[in-house]
Formats: sequence, structure tokens, C-alpha cells
Amino acid sequence: MPNKREVAIISAAATKCGEHWDKGIKDLAWEAGVKAVDEAGISGKDIEYLVVGNMSGGMFVGQEHIGALVADFLGLNPIPSLRVEAACASGGIAFSQGCLAVASGLYDIVAVGGVEKMTDVEPEQATSVLSGAMDFEWEAYFGATFPGLYALMAKRYMYEYNVKIETLANVAVKNHFHGSLNPLAHFRNRITVEEALISPMVADPLRKYDCSPVSDGAAVAILAPLEIAKKYTDTPIIVKASVPASDTLSLLKRRDICTIDATVYAANKAFQLAHMERKDIDAVEVHDCFTIAELLAIEDLGFCKKGEASKMVNEGQTYVGGKFPVNMDGGLKASGHPVGATGVKQIAELVKQLRGEAERGRQVNGAEVGLAHNVGGSGGTAVVTILSR
Amino acid sequence: MSTTAAHWRRMKDRYRLLGSKCETCGTTFFPATKVCSKCRRKGKTVPIEFSGKGRIFSYTIQHAAPRMFEQHTPSIIALVELDEGPKVLSQIVDCEHNELRIGMEVEACFRKLFEQDRGGIISYGFKFRPLDNSWTKYYEAKKE
Amino acid sequence: MKVGIVGYGVYIPRWRIRTENIAEVWGQDAEAIKKGLGVEEKSVPSMDEDTATIAVEAARNAMKRAYDLKGHEIGAIYVGSESHPYAVKPTAVTVAEALGLTPNITAADTEFACKAATAGMQACLGLVKGGYVKYGITIGADTAQSAPGDALEYTAAAGGAAYIVGEDNILAEIEGTCSYTQDVPDFWRREGSLYPRHAGRFTGEPAYFEHVIKCSKNLMEKLNTCPTDYTYAVFHMPNGKFPLRAASLLGFDVKKVLPGLVVQNIGNTYSGSSLLGLAAVLDEAKSGDRILMTSYGSGAGSDSFSITVKDAIEQKRMLAPPVKYYINKKSYLSYSIYAKNKKLFRD
Repeated sequence: MPNKREVAIISAAATKCGEHWDKGIKDLAWEAGVKAVDEAGISGKDIEYLVVGNMSGGMFVGQEHIGALVADFLGLNPIPSLRVEAACASGGIAFSQGCLAVASGLYDIVAVGGVEKMTDVEPEQATSVLSGAMDFEWEAYFGATFPGLYALMAKRYMYEYNVKIETLANVAVKNHFHGSLNPLAHFRNRITVEEALISPMVADPLRKYDCSPVSDGAAVAILAPLEIAKKYTDTPIIVKASVPASDTLSLLKRRDICTIDATVYAANKAFQLAHMERKDIDAVEVHDCFTIAELLAIEDLGFCKKGEASKMVNEGQTYVGGKFPVNMDGGLKASGHPVGATGVKQIAELVKQLRGEAERGRQVNGAEVGLAHNVGGSGGTAVVTILSR
Repeated sequence: MSTTAAHWRRMKDRYRLLGSKCETCGTTFFPATKVCSKCRRKGKTVPIEFSGKGRIFSYTIQHAAPRMFEQHTPSIIALVELDEGPKVLSQIVDCEHNELRIGMEVEACFRKLFEQDRGGIISYGFKFRPLDNSWTKYYEAKKE
Repeated sequence: MKVGIVGYGVYIPRWRIRTENIAEVWGQDAEAIKKGLGVEEKSVPSMDEDTATIAVEAARNAMKRAYDLKGHEIGAIYVGSESHPYAVKPTAVTVAEALGLTPNITAADTEFACKAATAGMQACLGLVKGGYVKYGITIGADTAQSAPGDALEYTAAAGGAAYIVGEDNILAEIEGTCSYTQDVPDFWRREGSLYPRHAGRFTGEPAYFEHVIKCSKNLMEKLNTCPTDYTYAVFHMPNGKFPLRAASLLGFDVKKVLPGLVVQNIGNTYSGSSLLGLAAVLDEAKSGDRILMTSYGSGAGSDSFSITVKDAIEQKRMLAPPVKYYINKKSYLSYSIYAKNKKLFRD
């Protein structure tokens, strides 16, 4: 079913990700919001509707009612402001819902945000909070952690498709390389395959460099119908499709633990709505919460057959400058994973790429069409967004 | 982590590996469902107790422990594919790390999952250990 | 109808710690201790095992042997232990739930040091014979605790045995039982204390031997039997020496005691002790063999049972693992891991 109106992005901005001791949720949301509004050249008063992605303000900092919080502290009262949650896909879902609001014709200028403050709690507590994204009764209760769940996927994937551990290390090395060129990245250090392979084991076979960090961060995008967006920018970025999909909450109920069916469904639907094909995509931001997830994503999005992503990775095709650039900002691994914000942070990166505004060395030359892929939990939610100049 | 009521709610399923079976199409489910996802309204589900036998579908050794499981680190968790079809997620016990194999036969056993705290409720449930039928040889020797 | 054992099952955790490893830590002479106590190594539970989990495993094995009975026919359950996981909340209900025996069942935990479960067995006999229940199950299980460095540390072990009592298809008949009970403070643990205390050599003659000997003699007198009528004798095993001396004092050939003397390889499983010894005997006994079993619980008391093995043993025994399997399925722990597991390093 086609959009009622074409939706476009006027601007999208993100904070740096990291351990921001001096910033709470309000500060992070403010920082990203002001950046986005300034870049858009709009006034806050122009925003008519706000959707915010946030996984767990309650369990990280004791703060719920995030929709009201962001509207209040960005000076946006009394517009409607809602928080949506889909674990690590909260940002992507927020974006897709913001697009719905614009496409419906009921709202013109819509702000979409994502914010997460994860570092106030001890790492064990953060792990516990993130466990809320799995099936609490049948996974967390039995002692599973998120690295554990993705490790189960990785072990089975490596067993079924004969993939070596070096392939995962190559993903981490590439993402750290891109991150080193990104001033907003959580981690700016480059690593080698050797360093990755001897880093401490987290959940066999996933080691420290296979796992995205706990980060604080926020991102905001300003949406409008295309005709209105053109008034504010010469380079409106068109949302060709933004499609969420769901799959089983728990890994144990999945059809195939090496495939995130929600990604497959959302991707197929997105390409259908966008009237586009896989080969039209110039740059991709995928949800590499763990290195294995990047491999699965490339396959589940339909860019290659199941089991064949390792070839692309090992041949260096996924570097900027390669045939199929993936995670030009460093991905979740290096640029950071403030869970509720990540989906919107990915959009901000693609907007930069499509406008040719990314830093040298990590800008995809002549990028015209980009795809963002955001996942919640071990695959219970996926959102696929296709953006185009 | 969990209230007492939440501990109790799925206790029987955790103690005895209970699920459900659709009498219309024969599919078994874990956790138990009231509606068969294949047959929907045409299905008739009844409770079943799984045999506890299965194979390791995938496994991992977790070095970063979740809360309340710190003492048990490193822990082995696995997806076990039960003989009847569904998969469950659980810990593997009585097994050295280097003995783990995808496809290894396992059987359910009854263990402590965690204690809320020193004075709190103890939660019990199923874990899996390598299937070992070697005990039958003690009786064969006697027969001869 | 004759009442007896319809199914039996055991469980011993796989971990062991050797006498040498304990002696080394406390600067004691391992060989002298092994000689004095008659114990080579003892069984230790995994961190995720306790009396309830051991009881469930043993009871599940008993249910396998009692293949022809339905869970809802078991009308009584007693779990005897000195290491119940809760001071208030019975282990019996957890075991009953895990076996699917709830809700139409009477349940209680029993306590009488190491004879808690044989008291439960007598309760089951009464309920079955009185026609109140069709079957009753009694389980003796312990994860015995001892103060670090105390002599008990060499023997305090973990394990359990379960017995289903009834009248249908019995594998062994319980022909009679009697008890001998007095207030004797040989071994105790106060509420709130972590470890038990004992009265040294006082635990021998006026405690263990007084009760085990007198009780066994009383039962044989009551049934008009004598040691030569028995193929096997099982006595509670606080160590490897006391049961042999009890046999000698009663006039039993020591060969009759050896098959049940599991303490040498796994230590004293407290409420599981005599019942594990009985199970080891049932694992090899033939139809017609007679067994005298006398338990002992500090504090003090003994329960004695005269048991005759029936034909059904041959078929039923094969349905679950024997005691020998559990004894031989083992891995060793160092003292430091053993201490960590026992949470000896308190915060």
C-alpha cells in the first residue's frame, strides 16, 4: 500500500556515543534535538508530533514517561509525544512510526528521537536490564545473557555453514577501522585480527571485540512531507520505505536460529514498497550488536544467500571503498549502541552519507540510496528503512 | 529479579518439562500454548509432559554471568532440541567443556536455578546432562 | 496382603573429594584417617544441587522401578534430612510437585538426624497397611555439613535414596519393624548454627552401638529370627568401622555387611546412609534373600526392618541405575573448589 504522502528527512543528528558521566537522559535528548533543529533550520515550535525510542529509562535510571520528558525538556509542549519500545529496535520503530504520522497527512513536521542512558548502573545490572529484551520466563530465568543467545546463533551458524572464527574478527576489525574515522564513535581505536582473536571470551565463540558496548547517546531526525522538506533543504532525503516486522520473542521458538525472519520479511516488504532492488543500495547500516549479527543481516536483507556473507566480509567488500560498504560509522560495535537511540543514529549516518557529508575515508562515493537495519533482542523485532536522495 | 508469584506461576512447567500438544496435527509446543499456531481454531491442545530426552542444537560457554548466576560462572547454556520436536533453552551440567558437541544426546535433570538472595526463595527447574545409558551394563554383566 | 517395597531409587552427586585433599589442608595424616575411619573419599554436591534436587532424582529412579503404578496413587510423601533447604517450607512439597504427585497427597518433612527417612518409611507402612493410602514414598537425602577442620569433614557427604511402599507387585516384603529411642545428646545442631557438634567418643558405645544393637536384637526377637537367617545386614554408616563392629557384636558374618558398605567410597550421606546401603543390597540380592536393616539417628534412635526379597526384584531392578553406577561415575574436586561450592568463604 503506497504512502499517502512521500515522507522526507530534513535533518538528522546524533550525539557522540560513550560514557557520558555528566549527561543524563534530558541532556542527551536536548543535545541531539538542538543539533537536528539547528541543522534543519526550523524552530522547535514548528514540530507537531514527537515519537521517541527508549528501551528502559525505568530500569536504567528509574525514569519512565520518556515521551513527556523529551517534549518537556526540548520545549515542545503541548504537542503529542510518545515513547515506543522494541528493545534495541526502539529507535527504528520510532522512526517508522514518525513516518506513518507524516504519511497519514495529519502531521507535517514530525521529530523522531532515540535516547538511552545506560552507564549509570553497574555492568551486571545493565546486562540484567538488557535481558528484558529476551523471553524473561524461558531465557533470562534459565541463565541466558545476550552474548549467550547470539553465541548460540554463531555456534550453529559456524557449524552449518562452515564459517571460521576469523570471519567474525574481520567484521570487528572493519567496524573499528570505520569508527576510527568517525568523531562521534564510542571507540576510535583500530584493532587487528590477532587482537580480536585473543581478546577475553565473553560467550564462546564471541569475544570482547565481537560484542557491542554499553553506551549513552541520543539521535533525532526531523521529518516532513517531501514538498515541505524542500522548503528547508536542497537535499531532502526521501524515505522510500520504513517497515517493521516481528518474530518470536525467544530464540528457542525460532524457525531457524541462523535467520532473523523478521529482517527477511521487513526487507522484502521494504524493497517492494520502494519499488527497488538489492543492487540499488549503495550503503548499508546494519544491526551488529554482535559480529555474527552483521553476517546474518547481510544475508537476511537479501544481499547474498544464506551462509555466503563470509565471502563478502573476508574479501574486504564491506569496507568503505569496497563493493558493498556496511556500517560506515563503525556500526554498533565501534560507534556505540545506546539501545533506544541506535535506530535513529543509523538514519543520521545514512543521511550524512547520502549528502556526501561523512568524514573522508568513510564516505561512500556517490551514495544515492541507503538502507538501515535495526533489530530488537535476538530478532523479535526488525525494522528496515530505505532512504534515497 | 522475580516476584514470588512469578516463580510459582511456571513452576510445574519448570519442574516437569510440561508443554502442550495439538491433537489435531500432532505438533508439540514448549512453552505450552492454548492455541495451536498451525491449526488455530481447528486445533485442540492438551497438556503433555516431555520425556526429557533431546539433543544439543547449539551451545555456548558464558563467561559473563547474569545476575544471581555469578557463582555458577562460567556456565554452559544450550538450545536443546527435545525428541518430541520443540527446543528449550537451559544449562548443561555434569559435562566438561571439551565434551560438548552439537548433536550430543542429553536428558533433563532437576537442579537449582538460582536463589533470590540468602533468605529468599530457591528456584528449581530443568537442566540437561549428557545422556549416559552405561548403567545398563551393570545388569548385563549379572545376567551372564 | 503383604506390604513392602514397590520401587526404590538412588542418586549420588558426581563430585568427590579425597581424604588426602582434606588432610593436606589441615595438616593431618591421611593414611591414619583412612585407616581409622574406613573412608577413601566422599561425595559432594554441585553448586546447583541440594537435598531437594537429590531427593527428586532418587525418587524419579524409584518411580522408574515402580513402573506399574500411577503417580496419583501415591498418597503420602515424607522427605527425611538434616539439610532441608528451608527451615520452614517442606522439601516434600517440592519433590511431590516435581514428581507430579500433587495435590491429593499428604506430605511432611521428617527430622531425626540420620534416621529421618526410616521414620518416614514406618509412617508409610502404617498408612498403607491401615488402608489410608495405596502407596507411600519416603526419601532420605542430605548434603551433609561439617565444620571445616572437624573430623566430620572427612565423612559428611551428599546423596539420597527413595523407597515406594505398597502392597501390589512388591519387590521385597517388609516383614516387620521396630524402634529403639532415648534422649542421648551425642550429636546435635542448634537452630541458627551452621555446623553440628558432636561428643567425640561418646557417639560410639552409649549412642550408636546402644541403639543399633538393642534395636536389631529386639526386632529379631520379635520375629523369632537370628543372624544366620539373614543373607545381608545393613547398618547406618557414619564411617566404615562402626557397621562392621555392630555386625560383629550382633553375630553377623562381616561378609553380609560388605555389599551394603557404600560409605567407603562416598562417605556418610546421613539420612541417605542406611537406605543407600539397602539399595546396594537390593541391586544384587536374589529372591528369597533376607535383609536386616537398622538405621541410626543421633539424639538418639534406631529403626530396624526385616526384609525378604521377592521375585519381582529381577525385573524391576533393571529399570533404573544401580548404586554402583553412581559410585563409579565420579570426578574429583580440589579442596578450594569444594570450599567455594560449600560457600565456606562467607562474605
